[in-house]
Amino acid sequence: MGRKLLLEHINVPGINTFDVYRSKGGYASVEKALKMAPNDIVEEVKKSGLRGRGGAGFPTGMKWSFLAKPEGVARYLVCNADESEPGTFKDRYLMTYIPHLLIEGMIVSSFALGANTSYIYVRGEMMPQIRILEKAIAEAKNKGFLGKNILGSGYDLELYVQPGGGAYICGEETALLESLEGKRGNPRIKPPFPAIAGLYGCPTVVNNVESIAAVVPIINEGGEEYAKLGIGRSTGTKLISAGGNVKKPGVYEIDLGLPVEEFLYSDEYCGGIANGKRLKAVVAGGSSVPILPANLFLKTANGEARLMSYESLADGGFVSGTMLGSGGFIAYDEDQCIVRNTWNFTRFYHHESCGQCSPCREGTGWMEKVLHRLEYGHGKMSDMDLLVDVSKKIEGNTICPLGDAAAWPVASAIRHFRDEFEWHVTNPGEATKRNFGLAHYADPLPKVETKVA
Amino acid sequence: MLRVEDTGVPVTFSPELIKKFDEIVSRYPKGKQKSGLLPILHLVQAEYGWVSSPAMDKVAEYLGIQPIEVYEVATFYTMYFMRPQGKYVLEVCRTGPCGIVGAEKIMDHIEEKLGVKEGEVTPDGLFSWRGVECLAACGFGPVLQIGPEYTFYEKLTNESVDQLIGDLRAKANN
Repeated sequence: MGRKLLLEHINVPGINTFDVYRSKGGYASVEKALKMAPNDIVEEVKKSGLRGRGGAGFPTGMKWSFLAKPEGVARYLVCNADESEPGTFKDRYLMTYIPHLLIEGMIVSSFALGANTSYIYVRGEMMPQIRILEKAIAEAKNKGFLGKNILGSGYDLELYVQPGGGAYICGEETALLESLEGKRGNPRIKPPFPAIAGLYGCPTVVNNVESIAAVVPIINEGGEEYAKLGIGRSTGTKLISAGGNVKKPGVYEIDLGLPVEEFLYSDEYCGGIANGKRLKAVVAGGSSVPILPANLFLKTANGEARLMSYESLADGGFVSGTMLGSGGFIAYDEDQCIVRNTWNFTRFYHHESCGQCSPCREGTGWMEKVLHRLEYGHGKMSDMDLLVDVSKKIEGNTICPLGDAAAWPVASAIRHFRDEFEWHVTNPGEATKRNFGLAHYADPLPKVETKVA
Repeated sequence: MLRVEDTGVPVTFSPELIKKFDEIVSRYPKGKQKSGLLPILHLVQAEYGWVSSPAMDKVAEYLGIQPIEVYEVATFYTMYFMRPQGKYVLEVCRTGPCGIVGAEKIMDHIEEKLGVKEGEVTPDGLFSWRGVECLAACGFGPVLQIGPEYTFYEKLTNESVDQLIGDLRAKANN
């Protein structure tokens, strides 16, 4: 069983209150950090190897070190709590049950970056979590951990919670900043990056909830200790939101490097597939990452056991691999229809496209229509190539990664499940009544697909 | 589809509401009060049930920005209703993980139970419903939320939906 750095005390009654949280060692990292030089905190985070937990996996310490520090200009830390990636619900869990961990991380991180005003941008639908955070902030302020001259250190910090308005795109950091400025969530053209010109044109760091929470154990135990957990460049622990057809859905904190088979089948984690069914496919890191058939998910194309790590899940590139992404883990059992699921995801991306870039605005709509006709028995054999063609014309041709995120699920579904799509065309009557089933996808032996889309 | 609706009836915000606006605006640097737009629109919707164009004009006036700056934001984000809704709006997640555990059947059931199509309001004015995109509760689907506090209902079944609708109806009639 792995160590729990974030969720160790999650089941302690009253851990959502300041007093109980404090009695379990909470806010110790603030006391420690305020005695350190801000740059030393950044160095610890660099040493920890922590990578952005929102999905991109960019090293957090490096992101921090890019922050411009012009004289007399305010700097901002903004926490991205706009959790909206289908399959992902870890940040909601963390904010609901252990809100002070995020507040503590925000104080330490803001101090390290020299920010005196910080915001937690929470998706608007999470109104209950907004109330929870506001209460936690008020408690921390009341105890002298926020506001003027924190613990007599001379450091001032005001922390505010900002609600979004319901838009997946605001999880993209520059769209989030636009939204925080009271505008439509249209991603900005980069450069300049937020580290140079972010909120109100000032240097800004945007980090995911889980990344900021991870700063707490990193400061408490030191970056090197943190880096001992995990495997290779995937250091530390990661929250995985397990959903879909697993026996025990929920949020699990794992050591990066845990074998995927253990995560999926052991009783400590997902407990296997529900209702005695067999695994058909997995989306390992949120709806945007390529879907893999069971065989390629459990083992790489070279037959090595896959691990829950950035590198192992990406083994094989997009031909036979996927990504850890946000840790939104969705398992599909033998009864699920890949065509329908792909249509559902594409509808989501079409709905959530901000409309700024034509390839994404139009392309997601076209893909949705083509997938709809395939699912409802009106598809053509040429539709699969058409979908791949449209997806290729979106990918890489947009201001922000939403275009890629919409293209990858479609391209990967056709790459790995082409016969299921074809079956929808050749058996339209049947396709609307029943699902394709497992076919070869659950073979214990990996089959390297020859058709690479 | 998203039309800004003018009721023709001017809106006046209560002093209590204005006080809440003031608190929100105090969170941002001087001159950056426009940052308060999204939270203020949430408060307006909580007060009136939806966001009309006279209300948006009033928000623009309060923030010292042009009405179009409010309209473009209110129509961009999905949470703001551009027309009157039922007292309780049942918003069912329809995306991926909820989709594979029966979200569509739950929406069909709600439609049948309430007797109105998606986006329509029941004749008694109590309910409307719609499918929404991922609510970040994928392990506990199907789920629905009800504003303005966005209370969450998880692992829905036809029975639990019936119970919920019954409870809300009883609450409204008391």
